[in-house]
Parts: sequence; C-alpha cells; structure tokens
Amino acid sequence: MSKFDILISGVGGQGTVLASRLIAAAAINQGCFARTAETIGMSQRGGCVVSHVRIDSQKSGSVIPLRSAHMLIAFELAEAARNIPRLSKKGCCIVNTQVIKPVSASLGNSHYDNNEIIKYIKDNSQEVYFIDGYSLAEKAGNVKAVNVVLLGAATAVGKMPFTKEIMQDAIIKNVPQKFRELNQKAFEMGYEATVKLIIKA
Amino acid sequence: MSKKLLMGNEAIALGAIRAGVNIVTGYPGTPSTEVLETVARNNPGDIYVEWSVNEKSAMEVAAGAAYSGARTMVTMKQVGLNVASDPLMSLAYIGVKGGMVILVADDPGPFSSQTEQDTRHFARYSNLPVLDPSSPEEAYEMIQYAFELSEMVELPVFLRPTTRICHSCATIDLDEKRLEHKIEGFVKDPRWVIFPSLAYKKHIHIEKLQHKLSDIFSDLSFNKVEGKDVRLGVAASGVAYSYVVEALEKLNADVKLFKVGTPYPLPSDVASSFLEELDEVLVFEELDPVVEEEIIMLCASKQQKIRILGKKTGHLPFAGEYTFELVYDALAKYLNIEIEEFENTLAPELPVRQPVLCAGCPHRASFYAVKIAMKSQKAVFTGDIGCYTLGNAKPLDMVDTCLCMGAGITVAQGIKRAQPDTKHIAFIGDSTFFHTGIPGIVNAVYNNTDITVVILDNSTTAMTGHQPHPGTGKTMMNNISEKIDIYGMVKACGVKHIVKGNPLDFNNAVDIIKKAAEYKGPSVVIFEAPCIALFKPPVKYTINENCKNCKKCITDIGCPAISFIDGKVSIEPSLCYGCGLCTNVCPFNAIGGEENE
Ligand code: SF4
Ligand code: SF4
Repeated sequence: MSKFDILISGVGGQGTVLASRLIAAAAINQGCFARTAETIGMSQRGGCVVSHVRIDSQKSGSVIPLRSAHMLIAFELAEAARNIPRLSKKGCCIVNTQVIKPVSASLGNSHYDNNEIIKYIKDNSQEVYFIDGYSLAEKAGNVKAVNVVLLGAATAVGKMPFTKEIMQDAIIKNVPQKFRELNQKAFEMGYEATVKLIIKA
Repeated sequence: MSKKLLMGNEAIALGAIRAGVNIVTGYPGTPSTEVLETVARNNPGDIYVEWSVNEKSAMEVAAGAAYSGARTMVTMKQVGLNVASDPLMSLAYIGVKGGMVILVADDPGPFSSQTEQDTRHFARYSNLPVLDPSSPEEAYEMIQYAFELSEMVELPVFLRPTTRICHSCATIDLDEKRLEHKIEGFVKDPRWVIFPSLAYKKHIHIEKLQHKLSDIFSDLSFNKVEGKDVRLGVAASGVAYSYVVEALEKLNADVKLFKVGTPYPLPSDVASSFLEELDEVLVFEELDPVVEEEIIMLCASKQQKIRILGKKTGHLPFAGEYTFELVYDALAKYLNIEIEEFENTLAPELPVRQPVLCAGCPHRASFYAVKIAMKSQKAVFTGDIGCYTLGNAKPLDMVDTCLCMGAGITVAQGIKRAQPDTKHIAFIGDSTFFHTGIPGIVNAVYNNTDITVVILDNSTTAMTGHQPHPGTGKTMMNNISEKIDIYGMVKACGVKHIVKGNPLDFNNAVDIIKKAAEYKGPSVVIFEAPCIALFKPPVKYTINENCKNCKKCITDIGCPAISFIDGKVSIEPSLCYGCGLCTNVCPFNAIGGEENE
C-alpha cells in the first residue's frame, strides 16, 4: 500500500477529531499503519482545529508537510481556505459550505467574505466538492452528525485506501449504540450527495 | 498482542500499567493530562490513582510510595515542574527504592502554556536521567524501560514527551501481559532523612553515577547511529528525529545520523563513535540546545575539532515548535541540495479565531458583572491560569495580568501596594484556588491588603478537561469524598467579608461586587455556576422580532453563539447553552427563551 495523507480542518466542537480517529481505525482494520495528530488551540470550542491522518507512514512524523496531503476534508468554509497550502497540487478536497463566524468577525475586527474564499479554494485545488453538510446532518436527524456526513462524502470520492464497508464498520464500532442509526443515515446522505456531484461533473 | 490507535499519552499510561505501576499521582496540565486519566480508565483495580492538589504534593506522594518500594509515576506539564522543583531537587539526592517515573510534558509552540521551558534542563540541573521519545510508539517502550532503570540506579527518571508526542496517535502493538510489581513496604533507614552530612555524600554519589548512566544509555536501542556519510553528521532528539528521517527520504540523501533518545546524560560511547571522522554536525532538537551543548562539551573534552552547528550558531531557531518544513529546509541547505521553492497564491483575508470562552460559560457572566460594577472606577483586574484566562479577549477585556498558578491574588496585592488609590480585583478558579490560591489569601489577610478576590467556582477543572478537585467531592478513584467548602476555607483564612452568589443572577451579582469592592480590607466573592460541559442546556434562546440589530449583545459580551449573518443578529441553536446572560444585555427585550426538549 502506498502512503495516503488526509487533512481534516474545522472549528472546535464540530467533531473533527473523532472523524480523524474513525479514518485511522478504518485504515488499521485494513491492515495499514496509521498516525494522527491534532492541532488544537486553547479554547474548548470555537477555535481552529486541524487533524492529520497519515496512513502507512511508519517512518514519518505525525504532521502532514505543506503541499503533501492527498485529501483535505474541511468542515468549515474559511477553515478550508486556511489549510489549502497543505494540500498537494494533485489532491482533492471536500468542503462543508457551513460558515461559522467567530466573534471577532461579528465585532468587525476580522474579515469573512464567502465569495472570495470560495474562489480561492477553487483556484487552488484540482478537484473540489462543496457539500452542505449542515443541512444534510439536520435532515439525518442532528446537526452534530455533520462529521459523519463528511466522512460519507470523502469516502464517495473513492480515493481512500479502504472500502466504503470498512469505513462504515469503523463508524458503527466507534459511536455509542443509540447514535448508530443516525450516523449510518448521515454517512449515506453525505455519500449520496457526493456521488451526485461526481456524476454531474 | 493487539494493534490499536493510541495517543502518545495513552501509550505512556498503558505502558506504565504493563510495567506494573502501583501508584500514579499528578496535577492536570495540557499536554500531560490524559496520561493519568488513561491509567484511571484502564485501572485493573489495584493501582492507586489521584489528582493531587498541586504538583509538589503529587511529587511527594509518589516519592513516599517509591520509598516503600512501589512503582510510581507522577504526571505534570513543564510549568508544573516548577511547582514541584523543591521536592525534586532533594529527591535526586535521597533517591528511591521502587521505580519512580516523573512524566513531564513539554509544550514547544507553545500551544497552551505560559512558557516554552525545557524540562531537560531540570534533568541536568537535578542530575536525573531523561528519556526523550521521538514517537508515541517509542514512548510506549520508553516508559516501561524507565521503571527498570529507576530501580537499577535507585533514582527517579524523567520521561519527557512533547505536545506532538502526547497528542499524536500511532498504531501500537500492545502487549497485554502485565508485570506484577510487589510492594515491599517502608523500611526504616537513615537514608530517607536528608541531613547535611548525607547530602554531601549523596552529591558525590550522583555525580559519579552520571558516567555509569552514560554507559548504560550507550547500550540502549533508543540511542543509535545510522547512515554512512563520513564527513557530515546530523544529531536529532525527540520528535525532531522523525522529521529528519522523513526529510532525508524526501531529499534522497544519506548522512550519518545520531538518534538521541537520552539527551541527559548523553550516551558518550555512542556519541563518540558517531563523531569519529566527522567534520561537521548539525543538531536538531526543539527548545533549548541541550544535546548541542553536551556534544560540544564531549568534543572539547576529547580535543576533537568538529564544527557543531545548531541553535548556538544560528542555523536553527531556539523558540517555537519544529516542523517538517523547517527541518527539511535546514537539512537541504546543510547538505547543499537544491530544493524547489513553493509558489504561493495569496490567500484572501481569513477570519481570526481567537480562543474565547465557550457559549454559555458562566465566567462570561462573572466578568461582565464585575465590569459593570466597576464602571467609572479605576480598577485593575488580575487573572490566573485556567479557562478564565480567556476573559482577556475582546469584548470582555477583563484580564490585565496573568503570571502563573495562584499568582493573580498575590500580584494584585503587589499592585495595590504600588497603586493604593485603585480597586484591585483578582480572579481565580476553584481548582487553582486549592492549587496555590490559599497562601495568597492568607497573605492578604495577614498583611491586611485591601483587595477583592473573585473565586469563579464552576465545580471542575475545566480547561484541562474537567478533572475533579477537593471542592467537587469526588476523587479520581471514583470515590465520593468530603467536599472541601471554599467558603469555609476562606473564612478560616480570616477573611471578614465573604459573599457567595450566582453570576447568572445578574443584577444581584453586580451588587455583590460593588459591596465587596467597597469593603476596606481583603474581601472574597465566590461566584458559583457549573461549567456548561457538566449539564445539558435547559433553555434555548432565540432572537425575536423586537431586535433592532443594534448588536449590543455581540459587542458587550461576545458570546460565540450570537453572530451577525446576512444582515441579521441570530443565535446558533447548536451552540447556545441557555445561560440567559444576553437577555440582561439586550435593551429591547429581543431575546427570549423556550424550554429545551
Ligand atoms: S443564552 Fe445568550 S449568552 Fe447564553 S449561551 Fe445562549 S446566546 Fe450565549
Ligand atoms: S442587543 Fe437585542 S436588539 Fe440589539 S442586536 Fe442584540 S438582540 Fe438585537
């Protein structure tokens, strides 16, 4: 198996860390070696969070170097743009279009321009899928399932070094019993939405 | 054997359990916290685990147990080691019987610390050996060896992972067989009493031991020399080693590489064989040039003329976390390999996400109440270490100083002495109050210094992930214990004006502060309201049609649940914790609550 590096970026509270663990669990079930690393600031919620997942990376550090990630899964629009520099020129990215405005932006001390950001993302990645994960998670039953919606979306792209079944299995094994159905639904919805995007493109 | 994805801290904990650790103590501090928590979660039943009141106590409890032949581990972060440094220095002389590991996590970057101090200096300072893992896998091996080593030389041993090790995960082959470590019990012996005459003898002993340790370390696989270039060498310790290996692969280069797993004492034999025939060495290590200096001294003692490059020569930076990119660039330059520069398309201006108090955090209400109460008066607000340090962010802007655990109360006293005509209000959390807050209050009473201390009691140690403390009435062993009452404690310290209140009962909270600040002499306000992580929001608030979009709710309190999107102020339901503070702020009654299902 060749190395595969996945970067997950988002905002504290969105479940990015769990998503990275689920991917790593799937990789291990496939017989791969996996590493992950998280970069989390001081706040419990609302700060930038970046998770690195490196598959078959025995002889590497846990942080994905700049311009090297094979895939970027961004949980928030601005956080997608912030992390594009780690994505390889040939990599693909899945972007949740949800916007989480920090207090600094609401206070007018910092800038948040959706259109500019979207343009920048498009200009700097070869393959990009914009997904409204928030609405899909809402439809699946809980906005908190947005992380699993995005895992579904990322799996649909068909580049991860394991099958859809192994990914689903890792999710089911690692979430509490009472959320299993919700997560399964969320995963399928993210998967379907992305398949549609791929067919259109 | 089983393969599992484990965080470095979890690997260390499971390694300690496998090594038969009997007693684990500590004080929470990012990035070290999960070590003790993982031991508690995986406790086979016979390990005693406690969160101590501070690092000094934790170190002393672990030492006492190790005197008795138990295998013990004490956990903390780098700044916590300062608090424990008093027992540490003496313990290095006294030694231990059972294996004792001092786990101190360093935080290059720093991601969540006041300093970037390097624990390896403490190892050198106290003459205690230190192991420096380069990956979570290695940390799992090293912790097990650390107990063995400690028993062999009868000294405590440091394991010093950094944030990148503590909070990274790796696939680890877990060996579930556990060593049984029998505790022999305390045997009375003059060796446990530190007298000046004993100290002198011990000093000679530990200085001599350094050579023996260096020899022991030279035989370990944690230290090794790889590669073959005979002119250029690279030495790397800790996580920097993994960056070097990855960078060499990408550069397709081969150098003589010295992996340093034990920065102090330096394994001289391995180091000497590495240095043979080299002209130059580049040293990679995060934070201070500990290995670099050890190598320079080794060369000097052997009168070897080798150029040692690193921090001291300006080839690498002292401060900050090392990254793959930094190591890659420095290596390419050193080896004279040309690398292509990345061209960068300019990113649009992106929003800044500063660390802020959570939506619904009761500290926001406390800070806001004090702010309103002190309006139009001259006041200085001293802060402390914990979530509430985030009260410094705009728009609250209520933390003027922050030094170290417990210092808010004493710093306020200092400023008061220099600036008597100002009101001085010190904020401190409940866990920090027990940690080192009490002596400060005693000091204010004893010297009758007119300050107001606001204890923000949210019933937990929130910033590090909700650990219990003496005020919560719970222990890490899941026992219910006697709750230590903060009010009673403050009273016993001799404070005459003490008031308890709920910061979310807003007008009353403002009143309480006004009265406490008016009181001549030390006064204490205890604001009690639980951290939002401890309960489910009972009410959700929404903005109704009365809203005039004046944004006062945003500009006054800065709750992250309230934002201005598409020209309208709105509350994000998945974030609101129903604290109701915003309803006190809105001048138009535009915020209403409804019960949460
Ligand atoms: S009630 Fe208001 S201040 Fe409290 S969490 Fe909800 S939006 Fe924020
Ligand atoms: S303070 Fe009240 S009126 Fe002003 S923006 Fe906020 S909700 Fe609307």
